Amino acid sequence: MTDMSTGPAILVEGLTKSFGDVHALRGIDLSVPRGTVLGVLGPNGAGKTTAVRILTTLLQPDGGRALVEGRDVVRDAAAVRRSIGLSGQSAAIQEELTGRENLELIGRLYHLSWPQARSRAAELLDQFELTDAADRAAKTYSGGMQRRLDLAASLVGRPQVLFLDEPTTGLDPRARLGMWDIIRSLVADGTTLLLTTQYLDEADELADEIVVIDHGQVIAAGTSEDLKGRVGGDVLEFTVPDRARIADAVSAIAKIGEGEAHVDEETGVISIGVGGRGSEALIEVVRALDGAGVAIQGLSLRRPSLDDVFLALTGHAAEEEEQPAKGRRGRRRSAKKDTAGATS
Amino acid sequence: MTAITVPAVQPPVGDPNLFTRARWAVSDTLTITRRNLLVWVRVPAYIMFTVIQPVMFVLLFRYVFGGAIPVKGTTYVNFLMPGIIGQSAAFATFGTAIALAQELKKGVIDRLKSMPMARSAVLAGRLVADTGRMFITILILVGVGYAVGFRFQNGFGLAVAMVVLATIFGLAICCIAAFTGLAIGDEESVQAFGLIWLFPLTFVSSAFVPISTMPGWLQAFAKNQPVTIVIDTMRSMALGGPIATNLWLSVAWLGGIFIVFVPLAIRAYKRAA
Ligand SMILES: Nc1ncnc2c1ncn2[C@@H]1O[C@H](COP(=O)(O)OP(=O)(O)O)[C@@H](O)[C@H]1O
Ligand SMILES: [Mg+2]
Repeated sequence: MTDMSTGPAILVEGLTKSFGDVHALRGIDLSVPRGTVLGVLGPNGAGKTTAVRILTTLLQPDGGRALVEGRDVVRDAAAVRRSIGLSGQSAAIQEELTGRENLELIGRLYHLSWPQARSRAAELLDQFELTDAADRAAKTYSGGMQRRLDLAASLVGRPQVLFLDEPTTGLDPRARLGMWDIIRSLVADGTTLLLTTQYLDEADELADEIVVIDHGQVIAAGTSEDLKGRVGGDVLEFTVPDRARIADAVSAIAKIGEGEAHVDEETGVISIGVGGRGSEALIEVVRALDGAGVAIQGLSLRRPSLDDVFLALTGHAAEEEEQPAKGRRGRRRSAKKDTAGATS
Repeated sequence: MTAITVPAVQPPVGDPNLFTRARWAVSDTLTITRRNLLVWVRVPAYIMFTVIQPVMFVLLFRYVFGGAIPVKGTTYVNFLMPGIIGQSAAFATFGTAIALAQELKKGVIDRLKSMPMARSAVLAGRLVADTGRMFITILILVGVGYAVGFRFQNGFGLAVAMVVLATIFGLAICCIAAFTGLAIGDEESVQAFGLIWLFPLTFVSSAFVPISTMPGWLQAFAKNQPVTIVIDTMRSMALGGPIATNLWLSVAWLGGIFIVFVPLAIRAYKRAA
């Protein structure tokens, strides 16, 4: 397919979608240049999946428009489908079939010949380190392996634009790191990627640009550095092991920081923005706490994390968002039993 | 050179020509059919449900209840077999509804819908595979029937006609099941709902007992509902007796089911989200 477009791989303008009185998307704008990674970051229920489903032609928007590779996802859906790959929130694989059978099946549905489908499957199994398990039923795979197989399935048709909806949700930390490596290698091949995530570090790791959405709206956009800049400089963080002294610690450092200190009561971790006065503030904090007689652990000065960004942007931490379960029909929300089955 | 921002809209590309699309619709349907049959042979429970359960029904009715059920003009096992074949064809459609609900929930249907494959293939492949499965069940039942004393009384041609009618009947019920599976979209609910409509429809019919043994108020329903009409037709084909009226009624009922539920199933598939 020749492509004369000089525009972005994904362009979204004023996209809206409601389910009854739930406004899942309230006017979203996105632009993703070719060959780059956009991280769509937001808590549960923010509207990430809805946006992905519209962009992959599964759902009709109520308003606005969306183009993928210059093609309108509503009017030219068939053409869009030829250029995209989708790996949804749960592993959409046929568990009774083997990994190889799953991929060959998808290859056939992309209208590859049998020999082509076979060799494409073998190639992907190899790339995703599933060759050893290729001829076992996919239900014997670990959660991480199932996600890899699902991702492999989304690549059978060599998509120009790939959509990954929460690719690491439910994975253990090791499987998650493995997934990150794989995603990086895909991007190195020049694929445009739109990735949704609830994990702030994931967006930070993988994305060139990040869009933060909350309640169906873009509340911030930019590079990870831009977003961190919004928090206003460095963050000082330390732990007070004696929970009873947390209040003393907070009042001791109150005048040093910019804005209020953030306290995690559970872990005893206190963080406070200190603007550009990093090292100066470090010494002041040590003095102040020493003066107040509060013992601390692990004092560190760090660049703000995206957690801090979310807090600064919305006034609440991303993870605290409650999922309004009403009106859902339970679909794709069913927590996958990721630990089931063997690990490789 | 600086990039000029141009509207990124591409002119719509036409779909591949009609011939290519038709070829894909067929090959995609076959691919999905093949997948469904492969899944079926891999899961012992599915084989159990489609093969062993109907056989157990035959043995149960033939030897446990059969002695207590008087029928006019023939043996109970001859009376029973067309009924149990119809009932088994109807019950086989549980698998259709459940499989579609599962695929929907797991996101398999999303994945397939996001691909450039024929959109009709998921439903068509499901119906083809499940009808094939049901056909095997019917043949096994005929074999088991023969082993326990059942005999076709009306010649080979009408015996084949009975099997064909049972299969078309099963396919019609399959379309209803496909609609419920896609519209409800949750495995357990689909199963519960299936019991609610399939049980009365198959048991309050002429499948297992002569309708004249039922209380009068029940007879009114039992006599006029489609399962009875189809099974009576099958019975006449297998054992003899007037066929024409019931056959036309069956054709009307089954045609009606297809006309209503095929579009409903397609709509539910398109909307499934
Ligand atoms: N099919 C649907 N029917 C009703 N409500 C829905 C449906 N899909 C999503 N929603 C609602 O829309 C909002 C956004 O959902 P979603 O896009 O799945 O969020 P996310 O993927 O960010 O967790 C939520 O409030 C959700 O309950
Ligand atoms: Mg989601």
